[in-house]
Amino acid sequence: MEKKKKPVPQDGFNRFNRIKPATNAVFTAIFILLAIITFLPLLFVLIISISSEASIAQNGYSFFPTELSLESYAYLWQSKAYIGRAFLNSVGITIVGTIIGLCLTSTLGYVLYRPNYYMKGVYTWMLIIPMLFSGGLVASYMVNTQIYHLKNTYWAMILPGACSTFYVIVMRTFFQTTVPDSIIESGKIDGASQLRIFTQLVLPISLPVIATIGLFLTFNYWNAWYSAMLYIDSNHRDLYPLQYVLISIEKNISFMARNEDFLTEESMRNLPTETMRMAIVMVVVIPIACSYPFFQRYFVGGLTIGAVKG
Amino acid sequence: MRKDNLSVKGGECVIRKKRKRFTWDDLELTLLSLPSIAWLITFCYVPMFGIVFAFKNYKYKPGKGFLYSLFVSSKWVGLKNFEFLFRSPDIANIFRNTLGYNIIFLLIGVTLPVALAIMITQLHSRRVAKVCQTAVFLPHFLSWVVISYFVFAFLSTDKGLLNSIITSLGGERIFWYQDPKYWPYMLVFINTWKTFGYSMVVYMATITGIDQSLYESAVIDGASKWQQTWGITIPLLRPVISIMFIMNVGQIFSTDFGLFYQVTRDSNSIINVTQTLDVYVYKAMMQSNNYNYSSAVALMQSVFGCILLVIANKVVKKIDPESGMF
Repeated sequence: MEKKKKPVPQDGFNRFNRIKPATNAVFTAIFILLAIITFLPLLFVLIISISSEASIAQNGYSFFPTELSLESYAYLWQSKAYIGRAFLNSVGITIVGTIIGLCLTSTLGYVLYRPNYYMKGVYTWMLIIPMLFSGGLVASYMVNTQIYHLKNTYWAMILPGACSTFYVIVMRTFFQTTVPDSIIESGKIDGASQLRIFTQLVLPISLPVIATIGLFLTFNYWNAWYSAMLYIDSNHRDLYPLQYVLISIEKNISFMARNEDFLTEESMRNLPTETMRMAIVMVVVIPIACSYPFFQRYFVGGLTIGAVKG
Repeated sequence: MRKDNLSVKGGECVIRKKRKRFTWDDLELTLLSLPSIAWLITFCYVPMFGIVFAFKNYKYKPGKGFLYSLFVSSKWVGLKNFEFLFRSPDIANIFRNTLGYNIIFLLIGVTLPVALAIMITQLHSRRVAKVCQTAVFLPHFLSWVVISYFVFAFLSTDKGLLNSIITSLGGERIFWYQDPKYWPYMLVFINTWKTFGYSMVVYMATITGIDQSLYESAVIDGASKWQQTWGITIPLLRPVISIMFIMNVGQIFSTDFGLFYQVTRDSNSIINVTQTLDVYVYKAMMQSNNYNYSSAVALMQSVFGCILLVIANKVVKKIDPESGMF
C-alpha cells in the first residue's frame, strides 16, 4: 500500500535538481491537454443528456445546445419499472459478486501464504495453469449453460468472474509482506483454529488489500456486460444489468417504445431517444466518476503489489 | 524479495526435521480453501475438456443431454475443423488484424506511458501532477459499452460532432461507420486513450519508489536530467517494463472484444479492418452456432499464446537475467 506520502520538499536537493522552467511549462501544457482529452467525451455526453430533443434535432450533438432540458432524466424516472430494475440488478450483482469474490480470494490467498501448508505446491500449480491455458469461450459457455444451467440466471453474471489468479497472488503477496508470522504463532499458542486466526487476527490488519481487491471486483462487476450478452436472452429483460440495457438499446433504438407495459401511449410518441440513451450512460458513469478519485490510491497500491511478484 | 524467500525456506528446513505429515492445521487450512478450490475446478478446470469441440463435429442429439451428444454421438473429425478454418477466405485477414493491432498497441503501450510517467514525475507542481494523473486514470474505469457511446457522440453520421464541424466548414458528411479507411487509426487512438493512464500510473508508482540518493550522487557527479533518466530511471524501470511486455506478448492472439465489437458497432462494411479472432469466435458461436470452428480458433489462441509467453520470457531473460516472469 502507499504509505502516507510525505510531500516532496520543494527546496534543497529537489529545488536544485529540477527541470528548467521552460521545460516545465511545456510538460505542464502537455498534461493539461491530456487531461482535457480524457475528460472531454464525458463532458460532451453529459451536455447531450441535458440538451433538449429539439435542439439536437436542429444542430446535432453540440457542446453548446440552444436549449437545455432535463426531460431525458424525467423520462428515465417515468420508465423506472425498467431502468430502475436494471439499476438495482447492477447494484445487486456488484454487491453479491464482490462479497463472494472477496471470500474466495482472501481464503485462498491466506492458505497459500502459510509456508508449511501441506498442499501449497499443488495449489500454486492449480492457480497458475488456468492463467496459461483455458478451454476457450465455447467450452465455458457450453459447460455453464448445459451442465450448470446458469443461462438466464443472476449467477451467470456473478460466479464465473468471482475469482482470478491475479487477485489471489496480490492477496498472498500482501500477507507475505505485512502479516508477521508471529501473529499466527501467537494465535496458535492460544489454541485458536485457523478460521479464527484468519478472521480475527489476519483480516483486521489486512484492510488495505481487502479494499483494493474489493474495489477491483466492484468496478469489474459494475462494468460487466459480456456475461449478460452471453447468458441472458431477450426473453429475460428483467435480469438485464444497466450496461446491457445500453447495448440492447443500441441494437434497437425503438426498444423502449416497444415496452408498452412500462410507458403510456402519450410518452411513447415523443420519446427522447437520443438524449435518453446518453442519460443512461450518465447513470452508469456518474457513480464511477465521482468515486474513483477517492479510491485511486488503493488501485495504485494493488498494482504495485501485483507487479512485484506478477 | 528474494532474500526473504531464502530465509523462509531456510527456516522451513530447520523446522522440517522429519518427513512432512498432514497435520490438524493442514486439515483446517484445506477446509478454509475448499470453496475457492471448488470454484477453480468448476469454472477453470471442468471447461477445459471443452477442447474436444475442436476435434469433433458437434451435433446436439435431442433428449440425450449435452455430455452424451458431445462425447458419444458426435463424430471425431481429427484436424478437419482446423483445415476448414485455414481454407476460409477471411482467416488471413483476421490474423492480420489481430497481430497488426496488437503489435501497434504493444509498441505504443510500452513507450508512451513510460515517457509520460517520467515526465509527470518531473513537474514542479505536485498539485498539477496529482490532478492530471487522476484525470487520465478515468478511462480505465469505463466499460467499452460506455466508450462506444462516447465515440458515437463524435462519429454519428447525422448528429455527430465531427460531421457538424465538417459540414459547417463546407465539407461533405463522412459515413464513419461505413468507411474502413479511418478505423485503423481510430481504433489505435481509442485503445491508447483508454489504457495509457493506467500504465502510466503503474510506472509512476515504480519511479516514485526509486531511492533518491541515487539521483543525489548522480547530480554530484554532474549528470544532467537527461543522463539521470537514461542512467538511473530507465534501468530501474526495466523489470516492470519486462513483465508488462511479456504479459502483452502472451496476449498477442487475443484482443479486447469490446473495442472491436462494441465500439465499431459491429458494422459490416468495415469488417475488413475490425474483425479479430475474438470477434470471430463470438460470432461463429452466437450467430452461426458453429461451435467447432469457434473452439478450434480458441484452442489455437490458447496454445500460441502460451508458447509465445514462454519464448518472450526466455528472450527477456537472455537480454537481462534479472527480469522475466518465471
